[in-house]
Amino acid sequence: MNHYFTKFELALISIFMSAHTFTRREFARLVTGGTAAVLISFNTACKNKISLWRYLNEEEISILDAIAEQIIPTDDFPGGKWANVSNFIDKQLTSYYKSHQVDYRGGMAAFQKSVFDGSKKKFEEHSFAEQKAVLEKMEAGELTGEYWKEHSSKSFFELLRQHCLQGFYGSPLHGGNREYVSYRMLGLDYPNIIY
Amino acid sequence: MANKHVNAIVIGAGAGGGVVAKELSMAGLTVVLMERGRWQTFDEHGDDELTSQRTFPLKCGYGPDNGRNWRMAPDGIGGWTRVFPNDWRYGNNAACVGSGTVSYGAMAWRFQPVDFQLKTKYGSIPGTTLEDWPLTYDELEPYYEKAEYELGVAGDPTTDPFVPPRKHPYPMPAFSYNREGMILEKAARNLGLHPFPIPMLRNSVPYNGRPACIHMRTCVGYACPVNAKAGTQNTVIPVALKTGNCELRINCMVSEILIDEKGRAKGIKYFDSENKLHEQTSDLVVLSASATETARLLLNSKSKLFPNGAGNNQGWVGKNLQDHAYTGAYGLFEGEVYDDVGPGACIAVNDFNHRFPDIVGGGVLCNEFIRMPYQFAGIRPNGSRMWGIEHKAFQKKNFKRHIAIHGPVQEMPTFDRKVEIDPAVKDFWGIPVLRIGGMRHENDINVAHFLSDKAEKWLKEAGAISTWKSIPGRESGASQHQAGTCRMGNDPKTSVTNKFGQLHEIDNVFIADGSLHVNNGGYNPVLTILSLGFWVGNHIASQWKGTKMK
Repeated sequence: MNHYFTKFELALISIFMSAHTFTRREFARLVTGGTAAVLISFNTACKNKISLWRYLNEEEISILDAIAEQIIPTDDFPGGKWANVSNFIDKQLTSYYKSHQVDYRGGMAAFQKSVFDGSKKKFEEHSFAEQKAVLEKMEAGELTGEYWKEHSSKSFFELLRQHCLQGFYGSPLHGGNREYVSYRMLGLDYPNIIY
Repeated sequence: MANKHVNAIVIGAGAGGGVVAKELSMAGLTVVLMERGRWQTFDEHGDDELTSQRTFPLKCGYGPDNGRNWRMAPDGIGGWTRVFPNDWRYGNNAACVGSGTVSYGAMAWRFQPVDFQLKTKYGSIPGTTLEDWPLTYDELEPYYEKAEYELGVAGDPTTDPFVPPRKHPYPMPAFSYNREGMILEKAARNLGLHPFPIPMLRNSVPYNGRPACIHMRTCVGYACPVNAKAGTQNTVIPVALKTGNCELRINCMVSEILIDEKGRAKGIKYFDSENKLHEQTSDLVVLSASATETARLLLNSKSKLFPNGAGNNQGWVGKNLQDHAYTGAYGLFEGEVYDDVGPGACIAVNDFNHRFPDIVGGGVLCNEFIRMPYQFAGIRPNGSRMWGIEHKAFQKKNFKRHIAIHGPVQEMPTFDRKVEIDPAVKDFWGIPVLRIGGMRHENDINVAHFLSDKAEKWLKEAGAISTWKSIPGRESGASQHQAGTCRMGNDPKTSVTNKFGQLHEIDNVFIADGSLHVNNGGYNPVLTILSLGFWVGNHIASQWKGTKMK
């Protein structure tokens, strides 16, 4: 069920927003996770999970966050999750990458199922090293399960890898590379200086 | 309302078409310049790498758009698959006013005199259609000079003993070397090579009312924010429009050249910005839509006298597709070599063109344009892990500690490397689309090995602590350097136009773009396309005075 905010709620949200710049992720958590009880008390409909993502659902985002963190891990600089790589991909899936919606919907579910069937744990619940081992299998095209008989897990990995790198290194205007983190990492001045 | 009859229709407002439109309208002809794209500016795109014309995973910012344009490419298992402009296999050239000259790297090479006489130099090469141009370097030289002066080229050939002969210096002084360039210059001299600054269609000093370069790191693949880079959109096209004789019609897709019962062109059919079909009549038609789209237009213009497409009764339209098999090497250095002075490419050597008895052809070697962060994520020695902590460590360590040296291999033309019309697939407007196919000749790969070896030696001499080569495969396409599909020649049986770009079979249809190239040289081709624009335009204008093309 969709939840539509009342005018009063929207006014309240705008006050919050003006006091603090939220990332899409923080905002999603704010209105869905119950951190802001004040909002929730205004409408019981908020008990239903509202996805503020454009195409992906919370489950898919959670897997994608973990994958993004594997492709570009955190070290002395933030990794793919902090850089909002998942937001980049979600945004593109409703614009330039519409044609990949079906790859993601089918692929993410099948990926999670392959992992869960083997270990009774979700991908994101595994240790970093275990997750890496899963992705290495996927990169080699060795994921098992019904879905992967018809689809190449190797190709899906390559798609994810490319999209994560685009989200991390592309312009923030596409939804990733939060605060130009990758440019800072490479020691490039930003904005591109016109002198 | 019917369009008013004009003297000339020029199709495609890129390098060739922009120049021809200017030459004809200055000579007093009424001209309609047709362009499928629109005006583009830096501000629309900024420094966005993902929609640049260099790396374009999301879209080609300067066109064409994925929504209405597609082609067919080999699917790897014997069939064909649909590809879109932001797929490498499509072989796109920008679709906007100025076309590639808005977002190019702007290297301003003249071909070597011998490039016009390859068959004379090398004889017949098996498996190729190698031929001399019907045009000599000396005939084209004044038009090279015209292109250099009217658009504006900065360069200094004094340290290049292999420079093609020229009567006058470049109109602007050369750019100085960036940090990479200085490192490479010393190394080249140690090796006995002859380094020199790359000539550029970019202002080193204010020129023609446009300011000097501000050294953006995003240059190739992007418009210039201050118009220091010369394209036809900020030079010859505005001059053409100012004559009052030239109308630029943008967002218009030409679908067909109309041929009358006597076998002459009477005009074109095109779709306007609202996809309505129109006719435009004219006394003559000039095609300058790029080597792929010019051939497509001819092949799609079928009539009683030309059942296989206009000017194609000998079956040579679309054949001899050439490009450049880019090759070279990368080197990693101990210390930083990056100084953020764009566009990066600044130094070249001409030592490896036509000077080695065992090598057919060759190519110029240059340091590469700046590799932006996403592009750099794909640059690794073979066998490297392309993700994870290894990926990130490599990015951090080497972004400012690597140099790339690349060069365009002069490809051999073959009859089987070609564009043709797909029998079934049509684009958004219902116009039959192209198939692009064929393999590179083995000589191209031999030369690539030769050149990449030289590039690697240069990097090692410069102090690289590790190096690796980049060698192209035989799978081919048609990048922005596409050429050769309507080549000029003296024999109507083995060429499409005469030496003036005039179709052998239809005397009021001309071509002025890379399609004419009998061979594509070992250099970026744009200055040659621009000069052919002046050459063809000048010929039409001089003929017009006597005959009016009647």
